[in-house]
Amino acid sequence: MKLRRVLLPLVAVLAILGLFYVGLGMDARELPSPLVGKPAPAFELESFFDPEVTITEADFIGEVALVNVWASWCVTCLREKPLLMELARQGITIHSFNYRDTRADAMRYLSRDNNPYTTIAFDPDGDAGLEWGVYATPETYVLDARGMIRYKRIGPLNAKILEEEVLPLIARLEAEKP
Amino acid sequence: MLPELGNFALVLALCLAIAQSVLPLIGASTGNEPLMRTGRSLAVGQFVFLVFSYFALTWAFVVSDFSVEYVARNSNLALPMQYKITAVWGGHEGSLLMWVTILAAWGVAVAAFSKALPREMLARVMGVLGMVSVGFLAFTVLTSNPFNRLLRVPADGADLNPLLQDPGMIVHPPLLYMGYVGMSVVFAFAIAALISGRLDAAWARWSRPWTTVAWCFMTLGIGVGSWWAYYELGWGGWWFWDPVENASFMPWLVATALIHSLAVTEKRGGFKVWTLMLAILAFALTILGAFIVRSGVITSVHSFAADPDRGIFLLGMLAVTLLGALLLYALRAPRVGFGGGFGWYSRESLLLGNNVLLAVACAAVFVGTFYPLALDAFGLGKISVGPPYFDSVFLPLMIPLLFLVGIAPQVAWKLADPVETARQLRWAFLAALAISVVWPLTMGLWKPLTALGLGLAAWILLTAALDIRNRMMRRRSQGIGSMVRSLRPSFFGMHLAHAGLAIVVVAISMVNSYEVDRDVRLGPGETASAGGFEFTLMGVEPVRGPNYDADQATIIVTRNEAHVAVLTPQRRYYDSQPENPMLQASLNRRPTRDVYVSLGERLEGEAWLVRLHYKPYMFWMWTGGLLMAFGGFLAAADRRYRLARDRAFITEEGLAPPKRPVGREVLE
Repeated sequence: MKLRRVLLPLVAVLAILGLFYVGLGMDARELPSPLVGKPAPAFELESFFDPEVTITEADFIGEVALVNVWASWCVTCLREKPLLMELARQGITIHSFNYRDTRADAMRYLSRDNNPYTTIAFDPDGDAGLEWGVYATPETYVLDARGMIRYKRIGPLNAKILEEEVLPLIARLEAEKP
Repeated sequence: MLPELGNFALVLALCLAIAQSVLPLIGASTGNEPLMRTGRSLAVGQFVFLVFSYFALTWAFVVSDFSVEYVARNSNLALPMQYKITAVWGGHEGSLLMWVTILAAWGVAVAAFSKALPREMLARVMGVLGMVSVGFLAFTVLTSNPFNRLLRVPADGADLNPLLQDPGMIVHPPLLYMGYVGMSVVFAFAIAALISGRLDAAWARWSRPWTTVAWCFMTLGIGVGSWWAYYELGWGGWWFWDPVENASFMPWLVATALIHSLAVTEKRGGFKVWTLMLAILAFALTILGAFIVRSGVITSVHSFAADPDRGIFLLGMLAVTLLGALLLYALRAPRVGFGGGFGWYSRESLLLGNNVLLAVACAAVFVGTFYPLALDAFGLGKISVGPPYFDSVFLPLMIPLLFLVGIAPQVAWKLADPVETARQLRWAFLAALAISVVWPLTMGLWKPLTALGLGLAAWILLTAALDIRNRMMRRRSQGIGSMVRSLRPSFFGMHLAHAGLAIVVVAISMVNSYEVDRDVRLGPGETASAGGFEFTLMGVEPVRGPNYDADQATIIVTRNEAHVAVLTPQRRYYDSQPENPMLQASLNRRPTRDVYVSLGERLEGEAWLVRLHYKPYMFWMWTGGLLMAFGGFLAAADRRYRLARDRAFITEEGLAPPKRPVGREVLE
């Protein structure tokens, strides 16, 4: 009995320390994206605007498009939004997952300053997020016309990344479109 | 030359700390008085050397000595002088130097104010503090020396991170470090008690003011951090459940539990073992905080440059602390004893409730912070845990906690009658209920969660007022002076701190339900509205600051055509990193609301993206935080603790009570 009283906290402490030790070896910023170069993972979710309508990966495929993962509780997403609005104005298709959110909150988020998204799949439990390997919101993928993931960005887009990476990639993908 | 001297002083301080961690302890175990006394002088010596070292680094910043690598990375010629001085703690190495300097200052304070502590006890406390110092000083000297020189001296330095060039940032880290470091003193007291195996009311009375003061600084530090984030980051958010915020919040929760458990230990001799455990945990959590921020194990806005060596070192410190303290705990805690019993309904049982809730809250934050890391470590993928998790876990824990805050001070120790409490508090309860119904209506829309929050806040305030009134009325016959004197600082401070908490709860309830954030596109002369206010953009013009260019908008705020304020938010482009603009929000603060504007990107033509915020009751948030800390300081300053010290009897055995015959003895 007495031994167990000592042993249990000891094991717990060692487990936590071990976890941190392993954590040290990992680089939290370096995120392997095994999905780049692979087809968009399959999913099946309700449409954000109409629970009756089902959205699958097929709805994301067909033209060169961005896929953005966002949530109303994500402050960084809100900061990124004006940039997405600008992209939408330029005619770029943006599909999206509304990630671990409620419809009411997200609706308020959208109504604040318009909706840049062509399609919104409602993912309250992060199911599709798991398939797509969502690490943190906001996240943005670039899909080519055949539905291959060509690029992934964790964290907000900014003007520099757009001009140097995303927009040239989109232009290239548009050009190679059959 | 001065940086070398600073470095030398740092190393000397480390040597003194090593001596301090050994000599007094040997003295205490062998009863060697001169050795025991060394603790004090070594602590003073350490402090003097560290102050010198700190001054040397500050001087390097003042004269822009870019041959010092740390200065070159965190300052430049154009940096205004006040930020040159505060840049000393703007990076990892310098902030550590500040940490160890503050630690030494606490050591001197303990040495100076605990003259009446039994010699053995003081020697052990100083010894443990010495060990903590050795840990952090070795960490500084071996992995993070701020005095490292550059072989090739740059003509100009990089810059202090523009986010940190702000008054809020000047005070946030020192306050937080005062709190963090104060936890080492609490820890030292706990370990000293474990070594001696003696823990009694006197021990608790000595520990209480130190714990409370450390807690106050932590409260202020967290509060100022939140205040800074609120206006500087330009998002209008005040708490993000960011891993590093959690790192400061966890020890705060445990320290809050500790304050209450110490009260039981002092007054009733109860919760002894639990109190020691909390003291150990609070300290371990401060090291964990340092580990999170400085190892790069978790990414966050607060992270310093990651370096695996530093992570390993801090992890080692954490391991030594936890394993060492827990081993000592396992061996000695049974000797300390569990303390007296109490009835199912008594102040003890209610404070136990407080402790359980706070401990569970801390565990919940811990899980939320490290769950992603654990999943990642087992190769189960990378996830992030966002505010939804924390909000949904925290709320159900805080509701009963806040309710208890109203009851516990009114309930007698040992055994009380719930019917009696209900009778005493029924009017306060009904009044709080009425307030929870009416108050939200002033915001135009009644929401159940807001009503609950406001009701609980009113409950705390009303019961506190009732308790204060009752205590004064008991002395009514003895005149007004006696009535006022009956409000002992410890008693009044407690209620002030509770009232502060209530006021923070009001702010959270209000702002979470009724805040309005709008992003709008505004051209010159155009108007947009948010939260019942109209915002008209008059124009945007370039201005020049000491080390940045900025676009400054002039926005006139009106309400129902009545003038409210002229706000001038800026978008600053610091010379060192113009591609990364900083938002300088502009606020108009009133007691029951803030109106807050920040300037976003320039859109086409003369139009700008402007973010409008209406934040009800934010003023209460900061007032409440200040009140909590003020209440704590007041309680810690109670003469009761000082008298206890004066009265304490110094004996060879340690904490033995004065050996005086209780009754009169019949002599032959």
